[in-house]
Amino acid sequence: MSSLTESRTRVNPVRAIKLRPNNRLDSWVAPLLTVVVLLNLWQIISWASPLREDLFPGPLAVAAKLPQLLADGSLVSAVGNSLFRAVSGFAIAVVISTPLALLLAHQPLLRKGVGPLVSAMQVLPSIAWVPAAIILFGLSDATIYTVLLLGAIPSIINGLLSGIDMIPAQYKSLSKVLGASKWEHVLHIELPAAMPGYVAGLRQGWAFAWRSLMAAELIAVGGSLALGVGSLLQRGRDLADLPLVMLVILTILLVGVLIELVFFAPIERKLLRDRGMSRTGENNG
Amino acid sequence: MGVLLNEVSLSYPGTGLVIDRISAEIEDGEFIAVLGASGCGKSSLLNMIAGLLAPSSGWLEVPKDGAAFMFQDANLLPWLTASENVDLALKLAGKPAAERQQRVEELLNLVQLGHATGKKPHELSGGMRQRVALARALAQDRQVLLMDEPFAALDAITRDMLHEQLRALWGQTGKTIIFVTHNVREAIRLSGRILVLSSHPGRILETRRITDDLRNNPAQAAALADELTTILRKEQRKHELTDRIPN
Repeated sequence: MSSLTESRTRVNPVRAIKLRPNNRLDSWVAPLLTVVVLLNLWQIISWASPLREDLFPGPLAVAAKLPQLLADGSLVSAVGNSLFRAVSGFAIAVVISTPLALLLAHQPLLRKGVGPLVSAMQVLPSIAWVPAAIILFGLSDATIYTVLLLGAIPSIINGLLSGIDMIPAQYKSLSKVLGASKWEHVLHIELPAAMPGYVAGLRQGWAFAWRSLMAAELIAVGGSLALGVGSLLQRGRDLADLPLVMLVILTILLVGVLIELVFFAPIERKLLRDRGMSRTGENNG
Repeated sequence: MGVLLNEVSLSYPGTGLVIDRISAEIEDGEFIAVLGASGCGKSSLLNMIAGLLAPSSGWLEVPKDGAAFMFQDANLLPWLTASENVDLALKLAGKPAAERQQRVEELLNLVQLGHATGKKPHELSGGMRQRVALARALAQDRQVLLMDEPFAALDAITRDMLHEQLRALWGQTGKTIIFVTHNVREAIRLSGRILVLSSHPGRILETRRITDDLRNNPAQAAALADELTTILRKEQRKHELTDRIPN
């Protein structure tokens, strides 16, 4: 018996692999937890810091600023004004960029000439346009919209172009054998096929639009311009009010992230799910 | 008259001659298989008949409304459901919306996919995807149907089932089918005539008639399959040898 036992190796049963469905909660809990940890760290460092609270405010001091800004309505009105500018400017950028990208995709010579310029524009920080826009349009909404459009348009164009570039060559053959005209090909095959690249471009275009808007509002203050979040930031600087500055920075971040989460992320998720694809990093839980 | 090929040649810059003076008359309602080793130019020949490639020399005649085409990998649009994929072919053919819905249902029922109309391509198996592609090709309502190794990537059981369905559909519709394959048994099982192509460049080596008697006689079908396989192997070896000898 003992020799028999020695000749055998005991194999322990493999622990069952736990399969669980993709938990949407996971994608919220992890970043939320990180934010809570960071806020706590920030508060602790602020308390431990030898600097005065007005020079290095913690999150509690920043939050204490909120009731005052809500009471005088300046934060709500600034966020409202900025959001209106961002959304309407972004919509104009989409209307301009989409046909331009389609034109470039179908005119190789034009693309060779204009394509590198579009990419160069994407590299140029849009804040660089602010002085020129102020000289041309003064302290008006036109200045803000110019900077915003110049920031967003190149990203949207490049997004749609790269979406079109990635369309499998067989779709063109399919169009031809199905007897599609050029416009039918664009409408029924090219645009839907390029949609993932297009949405990625829109997402990036939105980020650029929001950033450009903040840069423009920060510099272009006064005149006929209504108060925006960027101008509120400038006000904080003028008053040397660091809690106000920090509160506005957090608001800018929050609005940008919220639009991303509420608008772009679901669209992208649906697009990928409809095509049997998933984003890298998803379903890893 | 189905399709007429007259001394059709095709060459690509760099690769040289791919198809060399192919002539053939394909009768209306005929089911013909183009058999050849991989890379012999049989898909290029099909692309020329479909109008996707222009011949370098020679000429060909196809019906005025062109030919329907079935690709090797289904080539379904992933954002559309099975019925929307079929519907697109009808829409692009200019059919009014009122009659399209009923036709889509008919076609998907014809390929026994009436239960999967709302499914996206990634929710379908390889065989089901090919059946949707077949329904889409039939939706084009053209007399000539070109099929480019449509069942090559499928498992044997699914392929067998689709062979039966395709033969039945051909019987019902009377279409002219040009079926490209490198599978000898598939060619014998499906077609009424086989054109055997040589490799590099593609020329017609042999033409064989396949009668129902031969198809239904396992011994005769196996003998023919062996014979054609030997021809193809010889071609393949010749091609490999030419590849090795420096010019």
